[in-house]
Amino acid sequence: MLSVKDINVYYGAIHALKGVSFEIKGGEIVTLIGANGAGKSTILKTISGLLKPKSGTIEFAGQPIHGKVAQEIVKRGMSHCPEGRRVFANMSVEENLELGAFLRNDKKGIAEDLESVYVRFPRLRERSKQMAGTLSGGEQQMLAMGRALMARPKLLLLDEPSMGLAPLLVREIFNIVQEINKSGTTVLLVEQNANMALSIAHRAYVIETGKIVLAGAAQELASSDEIKKAYLGG
Amino acid sequence: MTFDYIVQQLINGISIGSIYALIALGYTMVYGIIKLINFAHGDVFFVGAYTGYFTAKAGLGLILSLIIAMAVCALLGVIIERLAYRPLRNAARIVILITAIGVSFLLENLGIVTLGAQAQGFPDIVNKSTYTLWGDVTIDSIQLIVLVVTVVLMAVLQYVVHRTKIGKAMRAVSFDMEAARLMGINVDTTISATFAIGSALAGAAGVVFAIMYPSVDPLMGVIPGLKAFVAAVLGGIGIIPGALVGGLLLGVVETGVQSIPGMSLWRDGVAFAILILILIFKPTGLFGKNVREKV
Repeated sequence: MLSVKDINVYYGAIHALKGVSFEIKGGEIVTLIGANGAGKSTILKTISGLLKPKSGTIEFAGQPIHGKVAQEIVKRGMSHCPEGRRVFANMSVEENLELGAFLRNDKKGIAEDLESVYVRFPRLRERSKQMAGTLSGGEQQMLAMGRALMARPKLLLLDEPSMGLAPLLVREIFNIVQEINKSGTTVLLVEQNANMALSIAHRAYVIETGKIVLAGAAQELASSDEIKKAYLGG
Repeated sequence: MTFDYIVQQLINGISIGSIYALIALGYTMVYGIIKLINFAHGDVFFVGAYTGYFTAKAGLGLILSLIIAMAVCALLGVIIERLAYRPLRNAARIVILITAIGVSFLLENLGIVTLGAQAQGFPDIVNKSTYTLWGDVTIDSIQLIVLVVTVVLMAVLQYVVHRTKIGKAMRAVSFDMEAARLMGINVDTTISATFAIGSALAGAAGVVFAIMYPSVDPLMGVIPGLKAFVAAVLGGIGIIPGALVGGLLLGVVETGVQSIPGMSLWRDGVAFAILILILIFKPTGLFGKNVREKV
């Protein structure tokens, strides 16, 4: 579904991604784990077209997408749910969800998807007329995910969905990610909460200072001593 | 000072204030979306007035003149953004601000070279008649036109911003440009649309202003442009209802000051004193608030 080959990304003079390659097959949950500043979010931003790689290729559903603008990439069936939710605080919950379907014109399909987002996140239905800025952190995360789903993506990029949430809520969010995946959406999950991420992912890549240093099945990585020491708190 | 006199001044104030409000909307919308004080905006206003002048001379009526002036200004706004501001999208804000001042000088001087510095009388396209409301309180047909034009355009703007797809895109881009990109919103198109709408409003304001005064000259946009900027800051720059309230308030205060015997020369001074006071005591404007974001 997605194949990233040897991409290099710079922020001015800073070499942020150094020849990163990985791939995701249809139906998988793949997670990228690593410390703060390792380059996880940069990878997602590059895939979704917010950043341009200086070199390397990215293929999505068999088509090259590196260098395309974000709008083009959304149109091809990829949604990026960004770090820090980034909901439109000055708009209602429903307007936020509608914006998620910005490029779609099938009124009926949009209405169906809105309904299914409300079924998945009942709290959003209760608050549909409320300004998004008045929601709690967990509700904003649900809104950001719902908004990303409104594009009917084949591939969903999730950046730190657990950030700043209470442990119980983190569990709930991860359960929902698993459900979304089971209903047919491929997921690329970036997380600092490596424990949780490895518990739901099929495969994982470990990023350190802009490079992929380890790759493997999530369960194997979860039980490897190296990972335990570095990312899982012993 | 009688009650009738005060009501009369209020009517006069609201009608000039409506014009400030129409111009202020363009400042505030552009600021809201790319954080630029578009100092060329007052000159778009003068282009609108001149367009109305030419269409009126060609024998077109008020409505057609308004529509053509709005279309010309919308196009001008889009061209200015495309040529002058878009290449500087990622430059420091001061660079683009200086560019805006440059565009303003360019338009003014192009106007002087091509149209002459002399003020021209605006053709009569409206029959001026005065209606007595009660006692000494009157309203004339031009004031009525200003009010109707303002109310209609505000209603259309409100509809566009809140009900249409491009309006939602504008609000999204102004809140968070990167997140808007992730929704698939074309940010460039959205910014162009914002310039088009804001400039069209300035064009309409130019026409009604020229009918009111009734003359046009290439530097006519400078003072109303600056005052509309004051109005936008007064209401809270970037906030659409703020521009409306700021414009009306400024018009009323200004007219009020002018109507006090012996104070008429203080009119412009008061407008800028308001700017200074607002910047000292409430820089976010009347409607502005510090938005706290949850993490």
